[in-house]
Amino acid sequence: MNMLFHIGNYFLMLAKVFGKFTKWSVLKRLIFADIESLIIGSMGIVSFISFFVGGVVAIQTALNLDNPLLPDYLVGYATRQSVILEFAPTFISIIMAGKAGSFITSSIGTMRVTEQIDALEVMGINTYNYLIFPKIVALMLYPFVITFSMFLGIFGGYMACVYGGFSSTAGFIDGIQLDFIPFHITYAFVKTVLFAFILATIPSYHGYHLKGGALSVGKASTTAFVWSSVLIILLNYIITQLLLT
Amino acid sequence: MIVVKDLYKAFEEVPVLKGISTSFEKGITNLIIGRSGSGKTVFLKCLLGLHHHDRGSINFDGLELNDLSPKKHRELRKKMGMVFQGSALFDSLTVEENVMFPMEMFTKKSKSEMRDRANAVIKRVNLVDANHKLPAEISGGMQKRVAIARAIVMNPQFLFCDEPNSGLDPKTAIVIDNLIREITDEYNITTVINTHDMNSVMEIGEKIIFLDQGEKAWEGTNKDIFKTDNKAVTDFVYSSNLMKKVRQVYLKA
Repeated sequence: MNMLFHIGNYFLMLAKVFGKFTKWSVLKRLIFADIESLIIGSMGIVSFISFFVGGVVAIQTALNLDNPLLPDYLVGYATRQSVILEFAPTFISIIMAGKAGSFITSSIGTMRVTEQIDALEVMGINTYNYLIFPKIVALMLYPFVITFSMFLGIFGGYMACVYGGFSSTAGFIDGIQLDFIPFHITYAFVKTVLFAFILATIPSYHGYHLKGGALSVGKASTTAFVWSSVLIILLNYIITQLLLT
Repeated sequence: MIVVKDLYKAFEEVPVLKGISTSFEKGITNLIIGRSGSGKTVFLKCLLGLHHHDRGSINFDGLELNDLSPKKHRELRKKMGMVFQGSALFDSLTVEENVMFPMEMFTKKSKSEMRDRANAVIKRVNLVDANHKLPAEISGGMQKRVAIARAIVMNPQFLFCDEPNSGLDPKTAIVIDNLIREITDEYNITTVINTHDMNSVMEIGEKIIFLDQGEKAWEGTNKDIFKTDNKAVTDFVYSSNLMKKVRQVYLKA
């Protein structure tokens, strides 16, 4: 029953987000602020993780392909497939659920605890639109983060592979060009856009409907991370089933 | 003027407001007093429309809250100013930006017009050299002044204050009380203050409503409060020896 209540409440929240719009000049400022904190602010950690995990994927693939009959371009091929299909869109989204999701929940939750949301409501502002809509728009730039992550993941794989002596440059590049299916990129971006929506709205829901004090902000951030991750994993399965099988 | 009739509000079937009827008059400071948990904040939030009441009616200068469409309700809210207990200033905005915020949201004024108006209001609440500071960089008393400035910047017809003196030293509390009374006079607005500060009651209680366990137990002025023999009121107001002595001196005089 409790879960049904939250699901219903979440969709009611979404309806209100797209209800009465905040003045454009104000909204524009909020969107840019959210792009800075949610997108640009995440580039550092995304780059770091992408580069090194790409490297690890390449090394592990190379170590598991110890049959001399297997061509060395397979390492590049496997790295590309892993990074584009799963690692960049899904793994990075889980990281973002922790990084950007916690930020969203705690910032909105703190506004709730300190009555700043009540202050906005008293002024006659649609607080759902004012607080949540800019985050949804900002996270629609999330595919750029994932594109960057894909590039760095493959580049990390290349560096680890070539400089670690697992494959030649030509072999790795042959591998990343082998049997390339452009639809895989479409599939990855469809996932990314949907994950971005989850990353913006689930943490916002938990922050907005928070009850209690400072301790509740921490609890809500954890709950938001758990639910965002669960939904990302579930949605990943459903989209893969629908688009790739 | 705000007229409240038979206001009832319950949370999970536990009644918090049990049929309150009263009125808040224009141009005077109306105080809601009572013990913690007596329903003061819920009453104030019902007036503001932050809580939906279960029964009864609230009338703002002829506008019945129950009958208002969401659009009309938003319009009414633009005529309200609110000073929250913790000030509720936006922590990412400076003092000046906080005061300019309602104008930025609801007017088409130019940036310089907004800044001029904000500075006039900031000056009115006697704040100096704080325009470019963040709320975290100023004292509690200054935060309350900024909250008052933000509440009156749009020339509201109704001003609500939830415990405006909480957390302030007695001297600053009196300054804030007097500021609210002066603004009420000057702008001729309906001011409703939620408090349990006895200094405020004695200083600015031009009309006082005493709530006890969700019911209106008494209504009068700061002069009447000395003479009343309502037990609930006297137990609350004269709970300290100092207040008992003040009463004795007043009655003798």
